[in-house]
Amino acid sequence: MGSLAKMSKKRYRGGILKLFNKKNIISLAVILAVYFIVQFFISNGSINDYIFTNVVLIGINIILALGLNLITGFTGQFSLGHAGFMSIGAYICAIVTAKLGLPFAIGIILAAISAAVIGFLIGLPTLRLKGDYLAIATLGFGEIIKNIFFNIDYVGGASGFNDIPFYTNWTWLYFSVVLTVVVVNNFIKSYAGRACIAIREDETAAEAMGVNTTNYKILAFVIGAFFAGIAGALYANYICLLKPDSFGFLKSIDILVIVVFGGMGSITGSIFGAIALTVISAFLQSFPELRMVIYSLILFFIMIYRPQGLMGTKEFSLGFLKKRGGLNAKAQDK
Amino acid sequence: MQQLLQQLVNGISLGSTYALIALGYTMVYGIINLINFAHGDIYMVGAYVGFALTTFFHMDFISSLIISMVVCAILGVIIEKVAYKPIRNSTRIAALITAISVSLFLEYGMMYFVKAETRTFPNVLPDWKFKIFGGVIINVRDIYIIVVTVLLMVLLQYVIHRTKVGKAMRAVSLDAEAAQLMGIDVNRTISYTFAIGSALAGAAGVLVGVYYNTIDPLMGIMPGLKAFVAAVIGGIGIIPGAMFGGFFLGITETMVSANGGALYKDAVAFAILIIILIVKPNGLLGKNVKEKV
Repeated sequence: MGSLAKMSKKRYRGGILKLFNKKNIISLAVILAVYFIVQFFISNGSINDYIFTNVVLIGINIILALGLNLITGFTGQFSLGHAGFMSIGAYICAIVTAKLGLPFAIGIILAAISAAVIGFLIGLPTLRLKGDYLAIATLGFGEIIKNIFFNIDYVGGASGFNDIPFYTNWTWLYFSVVLTVVVVNNFIKSYAGRACIAIREDETAAEAMGVNTTNYKILAFVIGAFFAGIAGALYANYICLLKPDSFGFLKSIDILVIVVFGGMGSITGSIFGAIALTVISAFLQSFPELRMVIYSLILFFIMIYRPQGLMGTKEFSLGFLKKRGGLNAKAQDK
Repeated sequence: MQQLLQQLVNGISLGSTYALIALGYTMVYGIINLINFAHGDIYMVGAYVGFALTTFFHMDFISSLIISMVVCAILGVIIEKVAYKPIRNSTRIAALITAISVSLFLEYGMMYFVKAETRTFPNVLPDWKFKIFGGVIINVRDIYIIVVTVLLMVLLQYVIHRTKVGKAMRAVSLDAEAAQLMGIDVNRTISYTFAIGSALAGAAGVLVGVYYNTIDPLMGIMPGLKAFVAAVIGGIGIIPGAMFGGFFLGITETMVSANGGALYKDAVAFAILIIILIVKPNGLLGKNVKEKV
């Protein structure tokens, strides 16, 4: 018994030491450098309010798209109700910060947890369904959540939830995005992540190999909902006004489009997709009447000519800058 | 009792439109396994065509209904040829997003041309009312909407079960490849399916315009989703199922509204959808299909 404890302690210490390898230290340095550079540009005014609003929308879309990509791209489960989880996060965080006057951190945590809990409750019955049926069921849940917020007077009902404090700044946004990327990236490379990918490839075969498919589907769903909750919290405390209408079926479609446009099953693809589509819709603001028509045409041509998205299931890496043909580069290519 | 009967009449009228839209959904899903999200918008186009014909050309109800059905049938075939044919062999999700893009295109394209405001449909039907069972008011519009729906359904059943086109449609939905080997032109059959389904949606559009008097470019979204719910309730791909599901949903919704749940009627419709999907995913009239490995 004693030796076992010792061994696990040793392994644990090894785990901590392993975290401090060259690659992780470089990543950490890059992450911090990007943070400080952008922070500098914001404080000296090079990034004005208009650009910053789009940066916030990009960040929120990245978080939403990565969460949905985990569900739809990696685990292969259609979900058309992602905006529902976002709305839960948004409303919970708004209640916590505006009505109860608690700090933003508590709001974000509660928002993420409540979205995850609802995700679990919804996922439990619906994830037995497959394909189109699952898509419709999640769509139904999204609409039900919207309808419920419409009818709660405590959060403003149809007229909207006003006077939410303005808390979302670059620090909160950036580190939420980094947290999402790191967690999703590590999840995909863990045992559970490989189980999820196995479910996407062939659910029956995965089950036959001893993967508890229901558990992993629900796990992916809960993690996706968790991050949608964070995105909702950031959105609520940036826009400062919530309307149930902004979390309808169309918002879920927007998120799905980012995921598909970037490439289902590609983390970097979702990031590029979020940036590209947010920038496109920001440019289209100048043609308000034709905005949605052009947007629909862009969608249509992407689906016809590049249905696998920008990245497919590949990841963008800087591997090609290194010496070619190395074992590492090949492994990363996969 | 009288109240109940009155709500039943209203429910059947509402359910008729759901049933007509659901028929198109279910036929398209049955034949190419695609959730045609643009279907609700074809219904919207039908309403606008009917509006234009009655307002600007002063046509009567029947001829504007027929012309509107023809226009929608052509629109449906164009959508199928341009948008859905190229993606017939791509993934489910690509097909789904293409359908959504077509839907957005129709909604906002229409909004660009006719502006976003709500239009008032002219009164083309005589304004008669009569009472039965001592107080249940039946409007002439109720009779029109129900009679037209029933006639169209009978006609559809005739086309599906008694004509060559119908036989081809049933064969293709059963097994497209085998049907092709038997000499059935699959592409043409799919076009016929879209034409018939879209014509029914167009008819529903005109009927709703006449019944509720107001139309707007986004009117197709909610009825489209509800009609889809109706198709799933009856069992998607099954034509009598769509009729049953439409009336079932319409009556349930009016009953819920009448009993104080007006604000929750959408939530109730989707809750029914989820319960059906979980308990009996193949719909109330569907058969169980075992999954093969």
